[in-house]
Amino acid sequence: MIDLVDLEKKINSELGTKIKKTEIKHKQIYVEIEKENLIDVTLFIKTNKNTKFRQLIDITVVDYPEKSQRFKIVYLFLSHEFNQRLILSYYINENEVISSLTSIYPAANWMEREVFDMYGVSFKDHPDLRRILTDYNFEGHPLRKDFPLTGHTEVRYSEDKKKVVYEPVKLEQNYRNFDYESPWEGTQYIKDQSENNDKKN
Amino acid sequence: MTKKIKNLNLNFGPQHPAAHGVLRLILELDGEVVEKADPHIGLLHRGTEKLIENKTYMQAVPYFDRLDYVAPMNQEHAFALAIEKILKIDVPIRAQLIRVMFCEIGRILSHILNVTTQALDVGALTPSLWGFEERETLMTFYERASGSRLHANYFRAGGVHQDLPAGLESDISKFCDGFPKIINDLENLLTDNRIFKQRNVDIGVVTKEDALDYSFSGVMIRGSGVPWDLRKSQPYDCYEQLEFKVPVGKNGDCYDRYLCRIEEMKESVSIIKQCLSKMEKGPIKSFDGKISPPSKKEIKQSMEALIHHFKLFTEGYRVPKDEIYTAVEAPKGEFGVYLISDGSSKPYKCKIRAPGFSHLQSMDYLIKGHMLADVPAVLGSLDIVFGEVDR
Repeated sequence: MIDLVDLEKKINSELGTKIKKTEIKHKQIYVEIEKENLIDVTLFIKTNKNTKFRQLIDITVVDYPEKSQRFKIVYLFLSHEFNQRLILSYYINENEVISSLTSIYPAANWMEREVFDMYGVSFKDHPDLRRILTDYNFEGHPLRKDFPLTGHTEVRYSEDKKKVVYEPVKLEQNYRNFDYESPWEGTQYIKDQSENNDKKN
Repeated sequence: MTKKIKNLNLNFGPQHPAAHGVLRLILELDGEVVEKADPHIGLLHRGTEKLIENKTYMQAVPYFDRLDYVAPMNQEHAFALAIEKILKIDVPIRAQLIRVMFCEIGRILSHILNVTTQALDVGALTPSLWGFEERETLMTFYERASGSRLHANYFRAGGVHQDLPAGLESDISKFCDGFPKIINDLENLLTDNRIFKQRNVDIGVVTKEDALDYSFSGVMIRGSGVPWDLRKSQPYDCYEQLEFKVPVGKNGDCYDRYLCRIEEMKESVSIIKQCLSKMEKGPIKSFDGKISPPSKKEIKQSMEALIHHFKLFTEGYRVPKDEIYTAVEAPKGEFGVYLISDGSSKPYKCKIRAPGFSHLQSMDYLIKGHMLADVPAVLGSLDIVFGEVDR
């Protein structure tokens, strides 16, 4: 088994300019790349005999509405052979289309559909890019930070029309979001429990 | 004269009892042979990830119970571990043993449900009646420790919510002595049963390569002969100190997966016994007053404890800026939490990696060319729970 430091060196030397940044923390390796190099990098880490990241664990997106490059696309890989995890990420603009990994990892199919559904990020060459988790004819992308927690529509069964109808959300009470954040820092040490018990006795 | 034959489209579910919840499976049939399967999921989508982004870390725990609701504590475990790793806090040994013990109870809960309902799907009623009695006993253990049978909300970052009540340990131990006999009874009914074998052997075969390609984990990948168990390969909590075997299948069919689950239950019983024998009196959560709430007694006596209590249940604890992926071996496979914290008391992003999602994805690949009657058998052996697939 090669350790993570060797893996980091290996990736940096083999892929060179395609890698923007690598970092090791929490026993995982975090790799940042440019959008264009996604296919090259994933093909390399999947097939190279010293990496063998054979499993794509998940694909997800992080939304930073205030950044100029709004979405961070994250891929989680696992190598059974070397027992390592790799987290690959890159940033894109809001309306950019990215390449699909379905031809390399069949498991990417639904994961990319979920990303498309939840964040509205489109994939090039995806065989079947439909919504997956939300309702048929749903509008909007729920996990974006600017999508309200309550959503836009609610459903109920209408006795008059004898069918389920969609209506704008009506809340009896507004969603209450209290701001509890305080600048109070408190102590940094952990109070010694044994000392505490001694006093009582 | 030739007559044109059209394939038949069949809706399997969402109200079909063998759909294990709310799966809508659209099958394209040529006679009785399935040509294509298109699962429509999301009927149980509750937006868990969005809700967690709007709650403090402590308030987010109950949402994890509602994912895979047949083994609730295993999910909480992944979340607790993720926070602990970011905060760099240690968990007392007694808390680790309690958590591992309840995770194994969860594994038995899940496997009993799966094995017996899979049998039910292929025509055997008795196993489910016997198995559910045991599940009921196990759920009373959940209730005695946490206060509720299903949605436990018991694991915390830094330990567990409260200590085990008096007598629970000996009762769990008694259960462990009697349970192997129940597994034997189930095996007597199923393992050599002609009908059960006819329905499961060589059905839904997954090769090693495909198990890797489709991101299978847990029993689904072990059934195909890949010895991979996160409890062994990336041990968390006190799994390193425990001895257990990892059952691995040979053929990757529904029957092998059934056998793996039966063996895993036996291993779980042995793990629970080991936990019980190692358990000694001691703290059950971190001492850090900034993370774990003080006891009622302390609140009455100490001003500092009162302040901590107030701050913990209004603002919650803050988690420094970080990014982490943690996974546990849940009964169904690798359950992971990808957590991004931004220094506030709420997660900025919390992606939940559910094993069932990638397993169900392969439905089309698994069922192509099989008969319609094999659909429930394959679906049963995938071990799908919609709480986690739809999130």
